[in-house]
Amino acid sequence: MTLKEIANVLNAKVVVDGFFDKKAVVTAVASDLMSDVLTLDEEPDILITGLTNLQSIRTAEFADIPIVVVARGKKLTPEFISLAKETELCLLTTDFSVFKSSGVLYKNGVKEIY
Amino acid sequence: MSGIKFEYKLEGGDFANAGKASSQIKKTLKQLNIASKTIKRVVVSLYEAEVNVVAHAYRGKIDVEITVEMIDIVIADEGPGIENIEQAMQPGFSTATAKVVSMGFGAGMGLPNMKKNTDFMNVESEVGVGTTVQLKVALVDKLVEN
Repeated sequence: MTLKEIANVLNAKVVVDGFFDKKAVVTAVASDLMSDVLTLDEEPDILITGLTNLQSIRTAEFADIPIVVVARGKKLTPEFISLAKETELCLLTTDFSVFKSSGVLYKNGVKEIY
Repeated sequence: MSGIKFEYKLEGGDFANAGKASSQIKKTLKQLNIASKTIKRVVVSLYEAEVNVVAHAYRGKIDVEITVEMIDIVIADEGPGIENIEQAMQPGFSTATAKVVSMGFGAGMGLPNMKKNTDFMNVESEVGVGTTVQLKVALVDKLVEN
């Protein structure tokens, strides 16, 4: 799926159209526990999370995850958005829950990484 | 061998700035054309260390030295210290507060993850004084001193 298709199926808003150089989104991880994300040996294309403090952007930055989807329609602070811009991440928001976002992406062919 | 040196300061409780040092080191390592997997190991470990200082200590200092052979990081904090380092190294052991947990951390995974991602790790701590963590990631096949 392309980033545009991802936004489409999640009914998501692209808040920051950052740097994503791969042709297609292939894998995703869903977590609110950043410690877990930081232990991944592979790099998923998407992090789906309900965590809206700066640590989720930092975690994506260091775990080499180019796209962050914030679920549950959570409000984002200006600091959160500007950090995503600064780190050149793609940032999407959706009203879908983490569970539904994951389910919809999985149904559309996005795979787990482990 | 002397290399490129960086120094950063950390304040306890300042979660907004946790990760700044790691972010700058990531940029520098990218400019130096270090392999992306190696960069990830360095910045994940350093970020875990930054979060530890912000979560547990009063203040801290990070010294990073990049040489041809390795990246050598020392994170020294003034804080409560670690009573039992062996216990702290066990996956799942945590003394983190609810606030730290709300930040997506505090699951007792930080120190073990730093160990996993580095070629050398040493933790020294004195209760009531502070903790010093040294991390090394090799840029060559073999680190002579280890």
